[in-house]
Amino acid sequence: MSTREYDVAPDPGLPKSHYLNAAHGLKSWLLTTDHKRIGILYLLSITFFFLLGGIYAIAIRLELLTPAGDMVQPDTYNRLFTMHGVLMIFFFLIPSIPAALGNFVIPLMIGAKDVAFPKLNLASWYMYLIGASLTMWALFHGGVDTGWTFYTPFSTTYSNTYVAAVAVGIFVNGFSGIFTGINFMVTIHRMRAPGMTWFRLPLFIWAHYATSLIMVLGTPVLAITIVLVALERLLKFGFFDPALGGDPVLFQHLFWFYSHPAVYIMILPSMGVISEIIAAFARKPVFGYKFVAFASMGIAVIGFIVWGHHLFVSSQSLYAGLIFSILTMLVAVPSAVKVFNWMATLYRGSIEYSTPMFYALGFIGLFTIGGLTGLMLATTGIDVHVHDTYFVVAHFHYIMVGGALMGYLGGLHYWWPKITGRMYPGFWSHLSAGVIFLGFNLTFFPQFILGYLGMPRRYHAYPEEFQVLNILSTAGASILAVGYVIPLVYFIWSLKYGEVAGKNPWGAVGLEWQTASPPPEHNFEEIPEADFEPYEYVEGPPSERPYRYSRSEA
Amino acid sequence: MSEHHSLKPYVFVLVGLLILTWVTYGAALWDFGHPWSDLVALLIAMTKASLVVVFFMHVKGATPLIKMAAVGGFFWLLIFGAFVLADVLTRPGMLEFL
Repeated sequence: MSTREYDVAPDPGLPKSHYLNAAHGLKSWLLTTDHKRIGILYLLSITFFFLLGGIYAIAIRLELLTPAGDMVQPDTYNRLFTMHGVLMIFFFLIPSIPAALGNFVIPLMIGAKDVAFPKLNLASWYMYLIGASLTMWALFHGGVDTGWTFYTPFSTTYSNTYVAAVAVGIFVNGFSGIFTGINFMVTIHRMRAPGMTWFRLPLFIWAHYATSLIMVLGTPVLAITIVLVALERLLKFGFFDPALGGDPVLFQHLFWFYSHPAVYIMILPSMGVISEIIAAFARKPVFGYKFVAFASMGIAVIGFIVWGHHLFVSSQSLYAGLIFSILTMLVAVPSAVKVFNWMATLYRGSIEYSTPMFYALGFIGLFTIGGLTGLMLATTGIDVHVHDTYFVVAHFHYIMVGGALMGYLGGLHYWWPKITGRMYPGFWSHLSAGVIFLGFNLTFFPQFILGYLGMPRRYHAYPEEFQVLNILSTAGASILAVGYVIPLVYFIWSLKYGEVAGKNPWGAVGLEWQTASPPPEHNFEEIPEADFEPYEYVEGPPSERPYRYSRSEA
Repeated sequence: MSEHHSLKPYVFVLVGLLILTWVTYGAALWDFGHPWSDLVALLIAMTKASLVVVFFMHVKGATPLIKMAAVGGFFWLLIFGAFVLADVLTRPGMLEFL
């Protein structure tokens, strides 16, 4: 282990010139090709859709407070959970870490001035906006009621809501992901700083390389599937509707061929964030770096051949179900490699309980619960029993919220000082991380029990014996909502009143911490050289480190 | 691409694609029996797609990495086709149908 000294001394103030003041006016933002500004544009956009999707979640949980369907009509309830799923998955979770945080930090982490195709990067944000606008148009006209999965033949033949508009919105939005994926892959291949070899890349970069592969290989399948749905709905082409000579299960194959790997688009970047945070706040290199890197690639590849576990009760053949069941269990291996290696990294580390570390530790626990219940669902005997119950809802929320969202918030808190140049208040950030962890578990753990007892998903009414658990879940959702609002307030507060962070407030290694906070327009004053191994941390207790992460708490 | 490309191969490929389109039309009118009609249509379509990828998308003469990416795309299609067939062909009654 090297004992290299890093420049972690606090700067006297914000740098005079940085990407935020390099140009002024709305036009400078709307026509920017700076990856950092595009990251900010994405950050604002996804925050809006997160809040909007959250409002739908609140409405769902309020309806489920009582057994009777007394707040909204059944049709309205169908629209609520559909719009919640569509907004959260396509317009928040999928772009969250890659398009917002990834856009900002990937070039900084590999020592590049920008991404490989800056104009394509801006185009991806506009595609996102166009897709989102179409979806919003449908929303204002009453929304859509098919569930985010758009299962046929309901979506193509029977639903009288705005299926085509939302489908086109998601189709256009898909190109945003494809553009981002292509950009990241080429950037990582071609624009690494001198000395930044593949095995010196931060694991966040490996995770995004794997994610980009899924985006580029999977998203076109979703796009073409949506086109087929639109053709069948509008022109009566017989792809999926048996009445027209089609096969509805074919739709499910096509849809899940993308949408299961899409879960890994959401979780892999989070895993990348966790690797960065765990190493930074345990002051140790990530245990088994190469295994963690290859685990990302393994998850991306195996994740493509497990989709049939969504079709166990759909009349898919039993033999195909058997194959998909075994393959699904296989994806647990690289996932477990990551979890075990994070634990091994923590072992005998000088652990500092910073806010990002709170989120990282929360991620490990919640992702493990989500992953293990995924193994239960991969077992056909259990899946047939709990299919389409709240057990499944709880499982995927432990992955998507407990995993992906916790990782996103951890990453946002980790890189916020780099993005804005200012710190957020330590007390409030610790408090909100705790509130979110508590609220999340209170919301979703009762749903495991509800599902196991047989409460089906997507119904607005339920038998009275399920009410206590539903009340707990709704109470948890209220706590969770408060937990999400607190960071929103202190992040905005910190923009003006937050303490100046300096270039490296965490004493972290990595090229992004060697430039100013906020970074200059072209990231580095001169092209940096990566003459160090990944996560080359100075070991030792926090008190002996040159600079603590938050002066307000020190 | 800054280098100059002769138009000749593109014209040949274009003519080939037009001929294959005519063959597609002809094959659709001809009953080869089940499942051969589908397989013939797929074979013609794959040939046309390959011509476009190799010549119009300049995979011929590209770097090994680009070639690998192009083959990867087809391989992913193969994964999808193989697993969907693993489902469809093993459903009850399918073997008798074939």
